[in-house]
This record gives sequence, C-alpha cells and structure tokens, in this order.
Amino acid sequence: MDITIKATQGITIAAISGDVDGSTAASLQEQILPLAQTGSKILLDMTHVPYMSSAGLRMLLSLYRKATSVDGKLVLVGLSEEILDTMSITGFLDFFTTCDTVDAGIAALQ
Amino acid sequence: MERVDIHPTHQHGQFKLRVGRPLPFGATLVPGGVNFSIFSSVATGCILVLFERHALQPMAEIPFPDEFRIGNVFAMIVFGLDYENIEYGYRIDGPYDPPAGHWCNPSQIVMDPYAKVIGGRDVWGKTPNWDDPYPHRARLAFDDFDWENDRPLEIPPEDQIIYEMHVRSFTRHPSAGVKHPGTFAGIIEKIPYLKELGITSIELMPIYEFDEFENSRPSPVTGETLYNYWGYSTVGFFAPKAGYAATGKFGMQVDEVKNLIKQLHKHGIEVILDVVFNHTAEGNEKGPVISFRGIDNKTYYMLTPEGYYFNFSGCGNTLNCNNPIVRNIVLDCLRYWAAEYHIDGFRFDLASILGRDPWGAPLANPPLLESLAFDPILAHCKLIAEAWDAGGLYQVGTFPAFGRWAEWNGKYRDTVRRFLKGDGGMVGDMAQRLQGSPDLYARAGRGPATSINFITAHDGFTLYDLVSYNVKHNEANGENNNDGSNDNESWNCGVEGETDDPGIIALRQRQMRNAIAMLLVSQGVPMILMGDEVGRTQYGNNNTYCHDNELNWLDWNLLQKNADLFQFVKHCIAFRRAHPVLRHREHFRNHDYMGSGYPDISWHGTQAWHADWSASSRTLAFMLCGKHAKNGSTPDDFIYVAMNMYWEALWFELPRLPVGLQWHVFANTGVAAPGDSCKPGQEPPLADQKGLLLGDRSVTILIGR
Repeated sequence: MDITIKATQGITIAAISGDVDGSTAASLQEQILPLAQTGSKILLDMTHVPYMSSAGLRMLLSLYRKATSVDGKLVLVGLSEEILDTMSITGFLDFFTTCDTVDAGIAALQ
Repeated sequence: MERVDIHPTHQHGQFKLRVGRPLPFGATLVPGGVNFSIFSSVATGCILVLFERHALQPMAEIPFPDEFRIGNVFAMIVFGLDYENIEYGYRIDGPYDPPAGHWCNPSQIVMDPYAKVIGGRDVWGKTPNWDDPYPHRARLAFDDFDWENDRPLEIPPEDQIIYEMHVRSFTRHPSAGVKHPGTFAGIIEKIPYLKELGITSIELMPIYEFDEFENSRPSPVTGETLYNYWGYSTVGFFAPKAGYAATGKFGMQVDEVKNLIKQLHKHGIEVILDVVFNHTAEGNEKGPVISFRGIDNKTYYMLTPEGYYFNFSGCGNTLNCNNPIVRNIVLDCLRYWAAEYHIDGFRFDLASILGRDPWGAPLANPPLLESLAFDPILAHCKLIAEAWDAGGLYQVGTFPAFGRWAEWNGKYRDTVRRFLKGDGGMVGDMAQRLQGSPDLYARAGRGPATSINFITAHDGFTLYDLVSYNVKHNEANGENNNDGSNDNESWNCGVEGETDDPGIIALRQRQMRNAIAMLLVSQGVPMILMGDEVGRTQYGNNNTYCHDNELNWLDWNLLQKNADLFQFVKHCIAFRRAHPVLRHREHFRNHDYMGSGYPDISWHGTQAWHADWSASSRTLAFMLCGKHAKNGSTPDDFIYVAMNMYWEALWFELPRLPVGLQWHVFANTGVAAPGDSCKPGQEPPLADQKGLLLGDRSVTILIGR
C-alpha cells in the first residue's frame, strides 16, 4: 500500500494504491487524519485500491467524522464496484460523496 | 494521563501479555490489545488458541498463567493483534467423564460462547472442510457502528402488526430481483414492499449463527441436499449468521445486520428476533463438541443422573436456563442485541423451557423470566413467548409473565382455524379470541396485546395450504411423512391440493380473505406469515425446516398472480392502522362507560343484538363503539363485523347507528375482487342501512360514520 499526497486548487488529493486492510489501515490513518484541518477539502483517489476491508472502511469513516467536525469536505474517487457495493450494504456509503474521476471529484469540492 | 495497565507484563513467544479483566466475558478490544475472558467451573487449565483467518493450523497457543485466573474465570490481554485477521478458540483442561457430566478434552478446540462473530460458514451452503480442527471459529467484533440518531422504535405493543420472515426465503427466489438474493442486504431492497404492505414489525426466524450443514443429507425424493434451513439450532448466541450476509465472505455481517436494522427503523419498521435458548447445535451425546459441552457441560445443559441429556426441546439437549451462569449468558446476550443492534423485541422459541428448573420441573417464578422482565436495558423491548415446549409443557394463558411477557396465542390459531372451516360449537370461543382472549389473560391483569394472534406461522401450513389441504404432505422431508403436526384444523375446500375447479378456487380465495379479515379485526397483535399476503404455497408440506428451495422461497411472481389478494391484505392492514378502536390497550368492559348509548363492544347475529351462541351456530357479528376507542382517549368510528361461516348466504340485520351516522362498506369477502375491499377512508355507503345479505362463508366489515 502506498499513498501520495499533493495539493491543487486548494484541494488536498491523496492517492492510495494497494489493498487497505487491518495491516495497512492504521498507518494510512496516521498519514491521512492530519489532512483534516479547518475547512480543508480532501479528495481520496482510490482508483488503484482493489480491496478494502472493514478496517479500511472504518478508517474512511473516522476521516469523514474528523473532516466534518472542522467544517471540512471529503470526496472519495474511483471506488471499485465491489468496494462500493460493500459500502452500500454495510451503510458506510451513506456518509460519503463519491465520484468516478478525479476531475469530477475536484468539481464536487469546489 | 496514560493508564499503567496498557503495558504488557508477560510474554509468550512473540506475544506480549497482561492479566486480563474477568468482565465482560468474551473477547473485547482494549487499548493496544484484546481482552480474552472465559468461565469454566471445572477447568484446571486453559489455553488460548490463535489462528490467522482461515488457516487450518493455529499460529499460537498461549496458556493462561495461573495468576491470570480469578475464581473460575481465565482472563488475559494479548497485545498487538490484528483484530480483522484473528480467529480464536480455547483448549480446556479438566475432567473427562461423560457419565459424571464432564466433557473437558484439551485435544479439542472449543469456541467462546460469547463469540460476537463466528467464521466457518461464511458463505451459505458452501461445503465446509470437514477436516478443519476448529470448524466454528470465534472472531472479534469492532462494535463501532455509526447509528447516528437511531434507537429502537418502541411502537406501542397494541399497534404492532408483525410479519414473520425467514431471511433467506424472503429474497432467495430469482423472481425477487435483488442484487444479493437471500441476504440481509436483500431485505433492504424490499423495504418499499414492506412499507406498502403496511406491517410495523418484522420477526426474523433465527439469525444467530447456526450450521446449515447440521444433519444435512441428500433428499430421498430429489437427491438435492436437505439442510438445517430454518436455523433453530444455535452455534453462538452473540453472532449473526454469516451465510445470511452478502458481506459474510468479508466478515462484515455485523455491519450488514446493523445497517439493515437502521434502514428498517428509518422506515418505521421494527425488528424482532426469534431466539432459540432452549437448546444448542451440540445435540445429544452423539453430537459435536462445539463450545458449551467442552467448556462446562454440567453447567450449561440439563443432565440426567446418568449424564445423558434431557430433551425437552425435541432437539437433543436442553440448555440449563435457570442455572445462574446460564441465566447470565442469556441476559448478556439479549442486552447485547438490544443495545448494540437496536433490536426491538424478542420471540423466544419453546419459551416454557426457560421456566424449568435444572431437573426439568416447571418453576412457579422462574428467575430467568423475571430477570428479563425487569431488566433495565430490555425495559422497552417486546418479550414474546412461544408458551409451550416439546416436553409437554403448555402455558398459553399461564406463562409466568411478570407483567411484561406476550405470548404466541396457540388457542387463537386453533379456534380461528376451526371456526373458519365451519366447525360448530366455536362461536363462544371465537368471541374470546376476537377480544384479545380475555378468558386467558384478563384475570392476571394482562392486556389484549399479550395475545400475539396468528393463524399461520413458519410451523405448519401456509394460509394457502390451510385452505387447500386436509392433511400434511411432508414426503420431501425424507421422514416418511411422520414429521410435522397432524393437528392442522385445515380444510381443502373439496379437493386435496391443486385444482382447476373454479368454484373451489373461488372458495379458497374467499377463505384466505376471511382469515385475514378475522385476524386484522381481532384485538391483540396480528402476526402474518411471510407470503400469505400473496398466497404462498408449500404444496401441503407443513414442516419445511430442511428445504433450501421453492418450498420455502417466496415466489415474487405471486404478487402479480394474486394481486387481488395482496390488495385485500394491504387494505385490511391499512384499515387496522386507521382505526384505534381495533387496537385497545385494555380489555373491553362490555358496557357503556362513555355515555355514548352503546357498549364498547356488543354481540350480534343474523338478528341485531342477538348473537346465536348455540352449538350449531356458525355465525357471529360484533360492533365496536368508536367513542370507547383506547378507553375513550381517541375517538373513532363505529365498526361492525359479520362473519358467516355457514354454507348458505344469510341476512344479517344491522344494529342502528346514532342519528346522522351511516353504515359504509369497507370489505365483503363474498364479493369478487376488486369489490371485496376498498381503500380505508373511501368506503361507499351501504344501500340498505337495515341489513345485508352476507354470502356463504363470507365476512363483511362495515364502518359507521
């Protein structure tokens, strides 16, 4: 699992690649949670995440909770069909804005 | 400030340890680790066995150091575990002496009775690895679901309309058209259907983890596998059935169930669980050692002096529910489901067993039932007893209720079935059932909602089969038609099973409507069996416990085929919900305490004010005075119901309404659909206000406004 973080047009874009599961979610969370600052706009690009376990979904929800508590915004981009489906069934999806592409994600945050 | 107890004090191989906390039992996530706690009154030693998920061999076996045992509880914190990938079990050292009741055997790995997630049957029907040394595996649950503002709905008991459902059967049929057939997720897709039907509560047949392969065998008829399909055989009381979850393969069944409940609550629908505390999946002495038996057999099961299992459940063993330890696990379990899953109520399978002492004798004041009735966390949960057991105890009307317990009213079912098929001598009994069975409950101060009224349930015929078969046809179960009840009180209307005879078909349609009408105008809580609203058939099989096929699956094509019936049921439910006079909280007083000029309930027959109570009578009518609705607190209309179960049409003279009010027709099952009912609020006035000709075997419901 890798993560690259860059900023563009006032938006923080974090691109993740690789599986997010119990063994990687904690370190990912350490890198991502600090991005949630007052009013920050975060785009998580998960186009290259083939699998996300329950721990990964919990990490996303923690990030969402932290971001919204400081009036920040969060958009998830490029979720695989299976991850979307799992998130829908387990109720996680209800919390998030999702987009198919990074451009659409940037537009949603602006 | 940092706590000092987050630091390890012991080490075993790579694992850092610390003495655990004895409570709560089970595996609990604590800062930096997992607290494992397990009770056994007979164990001399205990080893925690850890697996990586799905691995056949353990990755570690950690003995509990002596100083980690307090009383009869072994407790240990293990630090640094990956909670998603761990499966855990125990080896219990202690006496092995079955005649004396002891089954400890450290060569076997046993499951934590408090396991919150259980792996091993992750995908329904997937053939297990029979060589797995630990087939049902305890896992860890995070229990951090984001409920937002949800909590149990607390619908007043008398306002409930229950729909009894099997999770897999509801959406498994291809015609259901859902993305994940046969799962909790599938139910979410059908919430609009449940809303349209109008029920307030779904009662799920067992969803605690069970083993569908328990006693699985090929069908002698078709060769397909027969399963433990219904699931009345618990492997673990704290874990949802993984095979019912679309996400079971990812181990996310806990979140999936919680999301289902949250979504149902958002739409105003309660969730009641059918819970089986009378026995477990370990069966008798020939059954498998899964958990309880290998941990503390004598505590958990009722045993004969020779060490054999008492079988009051008809399923091999009997959980020793009034042992204080077992009482606590039941209480812990229900509290967990109420608090952590927001469950609205529980229906207790063969609940009379819960009132037996450790030797099987019925107790006058069973401590378990009392504890549940007065528990602070369960205070607003519905508690519903199946008030009998397989050991011959029948307690309908006498179940120790402590002011809280409702009952599946088996007498309601039997009386209505007999009246429906035209038996004589039923009118007096029928009058009691229509009033919420005050003859059974009023003396003990129990209200009408004590009575869960049902005509059909998972046990026995569906409604369609009740009017299509005289006897059971259980050959497909492979038990020579010896299983299932012989006492069905059913009538096939002239031909056994399917027929082309239009007269018989029409009569069956009418009889189904008659049953639904009676059920939904009875005081108490109506319960409808899944699919009865569209005429679901089991082809005369009255005990389909083992069939993962169309005998159980709801065929959604019936919704088109029997659209008229569905409409009738929907209207009757809406009618009940629209009229508080049908949902009294207290029993009728049989007099006019509101000064309306009419008693709260009055009885009629073909002559107004003169019911025919004779043994040959097959007619009964009653009128409810709306001024008395809910003790006069919620004014409503007058309602008049006439039931003619005689084989000829009869003229019913109507009681006269106060000046200015008129009788309107809500339903008449003697009229062909769609004229058999109308949308509540749109009832047309009755042409002749003095009376009406009610067809043979028909029910009419009028409203006076």
